[in-house]
Amino acid sequence: MSGPRTIFDKPNSYIGKPVDRPDAKRLLQGRGKFVDDIQLPRMVHAAFVRSPVAHGKVLSIDLDEAREMPGVIALYTGADLAEHVEPYVGVLSHLAGLRSAPQMPLAVDAVRWTGEPVVMVVATSRALAEDAAAMIYVDIEELPAATDMERALEPDAPVIHADLGNNLAWDRTVEAGDPDAAFARDDVTVVERTFRFGRHTGVTLETRASVVEYDPSEDLLTCHYSGQAPHMMQFIFAKHLGLPEENVRVISNDVGGSFGIKIHTYGDEIATAAAAKLLGRPVKFVADRLESFLTDIHARDHVVHGRIAVTGEGRIAALAFDDVTGIGPYSMYPRTSAIEANQILNLTGAPYDFDNYRANAKVVFQNKNLMCQYRAVGHPIAMAVADGLLEEAAHQIGMDVVEIRRRNLIRDDAYPCTSATGMKLDDLSHHKTLDTLIETMGYDARRAEQAELRAQGVHRGIGLVSMIEVTNPSPMFYGIGGAPIASQDGSTIRLDAGGALHVSSSVTEQGQGTNTILAQIAAGVFGVDMARVKVTTGDTKTTPYGGGTWASRGAGIGGEATLQAAHALKEQVLAVAGVILQAKPEDLDIQDGHVTDTDGTQRITLSDLARTVYYRGNELPSDLTPELVATRHYRVTDFPFVFTNAAMAAEVELDIDTGFVKVLNFWAVEDCGRVINPKLVDGQIRGGVVQGIGGAFYEECIYSEDGQFENATMADYLVPMAFEMPDITIAHVETPTKTSVLGAKGAGEAGTGGAPAALMNAVNDALRPLGAQIHQMPMTPERILKALGTV
Amino acid sequence: MSDTANISVTVNGETTAAAVPVRQNLVDFLRNTLGLTGSHVGCEHGVCGACTLEVDGAMVRGCLMLAVQADGAQITTVEGYGDRAEALRAAFVEHNALQCGYCTPGMMASALEYVEAGGQADRAAIREHLSGNYCRCTGYQSIVDAVCDVIEGESA
Repeated sequence: MSGPRTIFDKPNSYIGKPVDRPDAKRLLQGRGKFVDDIQLPRMVHAAFVRSPVAHGKVLSIDLDEAREMPGVIALYTGADLAEHVEPYVGVLSHLAGLRSAPQMPLAVDAVRWTGEPVVMVVATSRALAEDAAAMIYVDIEELPAATDMERALEPDAPVIHADLGNNLAWDRTVEAGDPDAAFARDDVTVVERTFRFGRHTGVTLETRASVVEYDPSEDLLTCHYSGQAPHMMQFIFAKHLGLPEENVRVISNDVGGSFGIKIHTYGDEIATAAAAKLLGRPVKFVADRLESFLTDIHARDHVVHGRIAVTGEGRIAALAFDDVTGIGPYSMYPRTSAIEANQILNLTGAPYDFDNYRANAKVVFQNKNLMCQYRAVGHPIAMAVADGLLEEAAHQIGMDVVEIRRRNLIRDDAYPCTSATGMKLDDLSHHKTLDTLIETMGYDARRAEQAELRAQGVHRGIGLVSMIEVTNPSPMFYGIGGAPIASQDGSTIRLDAGGALHVSSSVTEQGQGTNTILAQIAAGVFGVDMARVKVTTGDTKTTPYGGGTWASRGAGIGGEATLQAAHALKEQVLAVAGVILQAKPEDLDIQDGHVTDTDGTQRITLSDLARTVYYRGNELPSDLTPELVATRHYRVTDFPFVFTNAAMAAEVELDIDTGFVKVLNFWAVEDCGRVINPKLVDGQIRGGVVQGIGGAFYEECIYSEDGQFENATMADYLVPMAFEMPDITIAHVETPTKTSVLGAKGAGEAGTGGAPAALMNAVNDALRPLGAQIHQMPMTPERILKALGTV
Repeated sequence: MSDTANISVTVNGETTAAAVPVRQNLVDFLRNTLGLTGSHVGCEHGVCGACTLEVDGAMVRGCLMLAVQADGAQITTVEGYGDRAEALRAAFVEHNALQCGYCTPGMMASALEYVEAGGQADRAAIREHLSGNYCRCTGYQSIVDAVCDVIEGESA
């Protein structure tokens, strides 16, 4: 790709520098603007009556007492809202055969998970709305529930949607080479394991929140929304509430954590918008923590039976597995709940060079909360299965786990190439990354220390993972399947009369530092001090159309659009400057807020230039029509995704009496292409690793057989806290992607996607001499003691 | 028993009298009645620490204290730390010890408590002190770095 490559060497360039986030000061003063901070005149509050059972038929709803309660403004049942909301179905056309049932904001005749909203109460305060909700009696005839995803496919299992006939949502197989023949070879060692991955959820500290206003005089709906994809929600509100899309505005200001939880369509929010439209006044809904646990999407929940065949030289001959995943009673709209399984088919073993692969995924309906995309979609499962089997195979053939990786990882000079799983790969660096990891962690010394301590009865384990990470998705991800989810993003940059830049971008800020890196890119490419750049994101009325921030696309896609826009604006400015200064534009540059000669000699300030254009156009030739604003959009075109790669290692210490595992050290080496701001990237990696530690050891949505969520509080659902977390050592390898000038890939998924595999391998490394193994996450003390056979 | 009670509180130096529902917790009163939205609500059962603020010199969970219990109290929220927290704020910026910023007011409160009590630049001790404050974004390390920096800067 051609482009202004010199931008990285310019005196103004902030790219690659660990600059501070300008918006941090605001948040540290308590001046963030989160949705629940919004108070509007005549605003009312919503609360929901939710199903207390996992599966049942709604016989009747008694609203009489609630109607008389103080402060009650309106009550809506599923039937009431069904007259105003078009149902939605979570399927994508390119996931052939994926099925789901039409879904409504509130349950109509049947309830299908514990926590499903049934009645909406609108009152003058949230407390009064809850008081009234407590007086509503919903008579439900309880039906047998299909909660266990493996049993849900059996012929006698309760069928959740009668029209669909059974509980199978989707079934897909990927096959390459001849895996059966490879497994049957007599020169291979075959390792076979069953892995279980518990359900967990996002636990964003700010729960889902929306304030929706409706102005009937202009038919305008404005939604203040704690979310990641404002333009997608604009489309969804418009379509399902019957509004022209241009009459819907979605504003996502400060978002208190998202991690993929806040890119989906929840009935609660649609109902809130419907109520605002019906009442003609602002309605606020902020989920409480219980509602978050019961209804924020869950993730993972997979059982995988996997096999690997490895030759005596440590080469992978074949990899095969069957994955079953439970997604709740509906496929989530509009991204679908089949994407996680699909990712697992795409990613498992993809870092390795081998020929024979077979993977099957079954996506199953069940009477639990909906499961869908969450940070590092599918990655923890794919990495734990492939690298779990590989490390075990290494031990069985007596080879070090680093050596077996070196023998199988795709060579750094082999790209572009296609993985056995069918993924187009380019610009990856598995070997360089692994080498950097080994050096950073001091691998050999750690192994020596481990052996020494083991002799003293200290049970330490070291585990690794080599991974790829999906980032920068192209339109081949969702757009091809008919979803209103943009894979392109846009950036508009204008020069104001004072010489400052205003960047308006369709990617969003949820704390990763999006606004900061856009300012870095714009300032450096254009040539002003970063303090002179103001960034706007998260408002469908004022930003270009785009996908928002998910799948680690903010820097790679939004950043590239900003780079191109800054370059285009610079060309405009230099064209005007050429006229004013009687110079050739190619002999001019912009540095430190001045138009300069290429050697840096200052000629005119940007504010003088802009004031001339804006206020004193009479001084310009009449054939010059200057525009000091530029918009560029960017999408990835050559690849479905721009993959990154990483190598990570964990060192753990196991207490065999209690089953507790302490994570002593964690090392992560990621190649996310060009690093725009190392401080922010390191923050993404560390935060991601800790989320991975959560999945590996703590977090699990525990359901009873009959579908009750048994630990839906923060006191019972364990999340990583500061005390248990290790310091995390990070190193970078930078292989810029050739798909853009900027060269940035994503960095948000790797820690969450890779850490669980490294941790499971480390625990198994500690357990192996004791004759024990564990392949279930979270690896709780009880499960470890069970693996040890002591309970 | 009345549903409301009259209270008088001094928040960030300003005294306010208000009639509050007796069931209302302190953080809801500060946020919704006084408009001091810096303190956040995360779990409403005292686990996440997002609502941590200062009442009569002690850091408390704003969700576990009723507004009526604060009658006559001196309350300081994140909006009112002023110079006291300047070093901490600078260190948080320097280390990027926040991402979404939602836990930050509570995290700052706990960190300030540790620093002002003369806590040492001991990473394990800092981690233990902050282990009642949940942060989903940072992985905590940068927060520990920031607190260490402030302590080492002060002792130098």
